[in-house]
Amino acid sequence: MRADIHMKMTHSVLTGNLHGVSTTCRDWCVWTDALCNNGSRQIALDLKLFRAELQRMVANNASVQHQEHDIEVTRRNEFMKTKVTLLFFLVVAASLICTVRFWLPRAGSTSAPVQSVPLNPELIACGAGVAAVGDCVSCHTTAGGQAFAGGLPIKSAFGTIFSANITPDVGTGIGLWSLKNFTRAMREGVSRDGHRLYPTFPYSNYTHMTDTDIAALYAFLMSRTPVRAATPLDQPVWPFQYRRLLGFWNLLFLHRGPVGKDPTQSIEWNRGHYLIEAAGHCEGCHTPLNFLDAEKASEAFNGGIVDGWEAPALNARSRAPVRWSKEQLTAYLSTSFASEHGASAGSMLLVTQTLAYARREDVEAMSTYLVWLETQGGGNHVSHGDSSTLARIRRGESLFSASCASCHDPESPMNQLGGRPLLTLSTAVNADSPRNIINLILAGISQAAVASPPHYMPPFASTLTDSQIADVVAYVRTRFTQKPAWPKLDDAVAKVRKESNPT
Amino acid sequence: MITLTVNGVHRTLDIDPSTPLLYALRNQLQLNGAKFGCGLGQCGACTVIVGTAPEFSCLLPVGAVGVRPVRTVEGLGTEARPGPVQRAFIAQQAAQCGYCIAGMIMRAQAMLEVIPAPSDEQIREQMAPNLCRCGTHMRIIAAVRQAARDMSGQQTLGTVSVSGARA
Repeated sequence: MRADIHMKMTHSVLTGNLHGVSTTCRDWCVWTDALCNNGSRQIALDLKLFRAELQRMVANNASVQHQEHDIEVTRRNEFMKTKVTLLFFLVVAASLICTVRFWLPRAGSTSAPVQSVPLNPELIACGAGVAAVGDCVSCHTTAGGQAFAGGLPIKSAFGTIFSANITPDVGTGIGLWSLKNFTRAMREGVSRDGHRLYPTFPYSNYTHMTDTDIAALYAFLMSRTPVRAATPLDQPVWPFQYRRLLGFWNLLFLHRGPVGKDPTQSIEWNRGHYLIEAAGHCEGCHTPLNFLDAEKASEAFNGGIVDGWEAPALNARSRAPVRWSKEQLTAYLSTSFASEHGASAGSMLLVTQTLAYARREDVEAMSTYLVWLETQGGGNHVSHGDSSTLARIRRGESLFSASCASCHDPESPMNQLGGRPLLTLSTAVNADSPRNIINLILAGISQAAVASPPHYMPPFASTLTDSQIADVVAYVRTRFTQKPAWPKLDDAVAKVRKESNPT
Repeated sequence: MITLTVNGVHRTLDIDPSTPLLYALRNQLQLNGAKFGCGLGQCGACTVIVGTAPEFSCLLPVGAVGVRPVRTVEGLGTEARPGPVQRAFIAQQAAQCGYCIAGMIMRAQAMLEVIPAPSDEQIREQMAPNLCRCGTHMRIIAAVRQAARDMSGQQTLGTVSVSGARA
């Protein structure tokens, strides 16, 4: 009961004036009844009681006030707590929404696709060039199957993945895909119906392709003959059957955006850079992968392992004995063979067989970039010979086989019967200076001067020119020793010839 | 494609550059004067003149000949009109089986172009790389002596030929 009413009541009781006091309180009603029914002594007793009661009531009220204050505070606290909680839930909800949206990409449109891109012959031809560089056919074709019809099992960190049918078949291929669907798959690795594709499909490289190239490729694929071929179900390993987890893979390893241009380099270099990084996806094989099949960022082009074959390093860590030239690379990439390096084999053979269909200027651009790439990256730098060294050695081999092999070839009868030691054991051949071997070739060892037949050697001073002698010497050095090549052989031969023939 | 100048004629041959000149002369050009004796530069039966020097054609790949003119015994003269060295060898009957003779003639020719009046010692020294299994060495030396006389005689007397009827 409120204090002011209490005070009024008290005053009224003490003065016997009960009027004008609200009698809503039940206690008061009971007490007045008692007053009316009892005598004055009772009144005094009751008054005492009343005072006590009043005091109690006043004390109560105070605590009520405290309570009210507390409640006020509590209510305020509660209100704050609610706000914070609300905020918290808002944040959680927001992140959930983001996560959900991000984990569960929406299914693509179901509208008719092909009209969205005009299938003109020029665009299709351009797309064929893109497909050649991207080498779609090698993964999207199974042995004995039709081109682009998919079904090739590929072992990966995610399990055994089967390549999709990318012919425009409506039921089993991409016949219903719009350009938008296709672009999303190429850039984000998301299928038309929204499910995520395993990164074994190198969308982390294709994401850098230009819109034009993707549209051209789409036109090319849509112009193919549809093939009905259902793709076998992937066989993922735990936990990758939950494709949504691939969203996290993308977060870590999918770096979207176009290939940057370097204004200090030529147009051809930049074109080659784009082709290699985007559609070519060469890094995908020629870079070591981590346990999630993502390229190790700091080890680009350091080499990798594919189907048991080594994809060699394409940067300065390359072990090619002779540096690749643009012509050699162009020949290798487009004909699967390089006269100074050898034949492409294993998984690379599939690549070069497809690159045979790429535009020549594209292959040359890629070669331009690759020649530059050979010089990049530190550590383990192997000193390479160049084309001229190789040509010299090849000429030397030809000369040796005609002029020297009859006595000096390990298989020759003169070597086996004559007691002549192999050139591998010759000090002159292994020496730091080519002086003695040059002298020997020029003058031979005259028959008159020696006692035993194997000692004789015909002179070649008038038979071979300085350059030819240098060729032979260079060849002998590589053929019979592991020692480093003698430098400046032309000068050395001229010098020795002059010294031995002062006239 | 290998281009050679053989006996003054340019010839183009589609053969491996490491083919020994001897094989090209005999197989592609049908110049069978030079013979295969050892293939090792030890008998001289294959001797031809390349540039200005006598060479073992069994040890010289066609790819290495370059622009140096090649001369074989067929280029020195014909059966009807033999050259001076050939005439000397015929006069001295220096051949038995004849297998070493083409080489001997070419080495002699090369020597006489550089040493027009050689001594016997010089003749022996210069002809040493060429071997004869039939033992006609004495007649060969005599033929070279005569060739030297004949050729220097021709030089001194200008156009008058000493070895035949006076012109």
